[in-house]
Amino acid sequence: MSADPLVRLTDVSFAYDTRPILSGFNMQIPRGKVVAIMGISGGGKTTTLRLIGGQVKASSGEVVVAGQRVDQLDDKGLYAMRRRMGMLFQFGALFTDMSVFDNVAYQIREHTDLPESLVRDLVMLKLNAVGLAGAKDMMPSELSGGMARRAALARAIALDPMLIMYDEPFAGLDPISLAVVGHLIRTLNDALGASSIIVTHDIQESLKIVDYIYFVSDGKIVAEGTAEDIRQSDIPYVHQFVWGETDGPVAFQYPAPSYRQDILRGAARAQ
Amino acid sequence: MLNKANVFLQGLGFSLTSRMARLGFASKFFVMTLLYSGTALRRFHLVVREVYFTGVMSMIIILVSGLFVGMVLGLQLYQTLQTYGSASALGTLVALTLVRELGPVVAALLFASRAGSAITAEIGLMKATEQLSAMEMMAVNPIARVVAPRFWAGVISMPLLAAMFSAMGILGGYLIGVQHLGVDSGTFWSQMQASVDVREDIVNGVIKSFVFGIIVTWIAVFEGYDCEPTAEGVSGATTRTVVTSSLAILAADFVLTAFMFRGA
Repeated sequence: MSADPLVRLTDVSFAYDTRPILSGFNMQIPRGKVVAIMGISGGGKTTTLRLIGGQVKASSGEVVVAGQRVDQLDDKGLYAMRRRMGMLFQFGALFTDMSVFDNVAYQIREHTDLPESLVRDLVMLKLNAVGLAGAKDMMPSELSGGMARRAALARAIALDPMLIMYDEPFAGLDPISLAVVGHLIRTLNDALGASSIIVTHDIQESLKIVDYIYFVSDGKIVAEGTAEDIRQSDIPYVHQFVWGETDGPVAFQYPAPSYRQDILRGAARAQ
Repeated sequence: MLNKANVFLQGLGFSLTSRMARLGFASKFFVMTLLYSGTALRRFHLVVREVYFTGVMSMIIILVSGLFVGMVLGLQLYQTLQTYGSASALGTLVALTLVRELGPVVAALLFASRAGSAITAEIGLMKATEQLSAMEMMAVNPIARVVAPRFWAGVISMPLLAAMFSAMGILGGYLIGVQHLGVDSGTFWSQMQASVDVREDIVNGVIKSFVFGIIVTWIAVFEGYDCEPTAEGVSGATTRTVVTSSLAILAADFVLTAFMFRGA
């Protein structure tokens, strides 16, 4: 990994109330790379993005983005940091009361005093990059899932961020939209000179586009490496995940008292 | 037995402390809304847009209800006053009832169910669809950008709607009392003019509606912002907005009335 990563999480622990989510978590996102965080649902992947974005604060450990401790920034510092980040939410999270154009223009209008003609040029540039220049006047309710995701992507890169975070960018997309979004993630990252973090389950699509992968389970990193490393991995958890096997370290059954005992108890009660 | 009592007490304690904590959060939220109002007040078009959605869109229900309430007052009061031969006081009574009480209170109740519920549902759904999170990640404070404009719009709209309600009510009382039941038009208006005091009656009514505006919108924005981000959470929050703000309006009305009109 590079000497000066853009994002560095060192020995981070985090808990919602008393429920621990992450513990002793270490991760680095090098500059210019696309990194995926994978693992089963509820494993702490989205929490990692929220920690980097400063939406939640780590109970212990360091979260450093571009040389600044995110977990120690005040509101003002945090907001200044977020202007340099873009985030794509799971279902786009477009503002439903605004057109696609206004959604993309939102951040530019909020944070700059640029004249409207320039705002228009910038917005059209971003919309063109995601192939939605023709949909600028449409409302979010008129867009298909894939288009909404692309519109949200255009919004996320409106201010040319140094770091783009994607929360499940492939969830619920058809194969064509999925390939389009995957391609966009890679090309936009390279064109903007940004770094990207993708939280995803979609193993096949992400193996095609990412440089490095972290596997997270139960709040810990259980494996990491390049796409090839991951494909070849003989760690049981990673193997089960990559090949989609129903049984393995991740058990099919949710922890429960013995089924046999339960049946016997039910029979005893019925008598 | 002892165990059951223990469980009951524990439940009671938990319920009380969690309610108090929520009340504390609501108060903190109120202060934060005021602190972050700078953006909304500087970019006043944000507030104006919300005044349209909360205030202007509530006008139909307020105007029509005001007219009917006034007409009912005309019928009811005329009958009672007629018994004592003082039907000429109809104008005074209709106006005082509306300006002091029914105008602010009924308009606020209608406002809570029409606009308050809409505000809660809108903010709740924005939360459920991660629009508020997205805003935060775009370095835009949702309290400043979403909550504060709606809050001020409600505070501005409420006194205006209450005034319209009272005006329509007086018109309704006039239609029934004068046009239908035959009270003298001159007496109706001159008695009203002589006995309705600007400071004592009208200003007090405006103060009431202003306070109700704060209460209703505060509850509405808080319930929306604090709701569980699920379909069930949003529907529950919407219901709570209407129920809580209706009760709060009536309770606050009693307190305000006790201070304003102490039977003197």
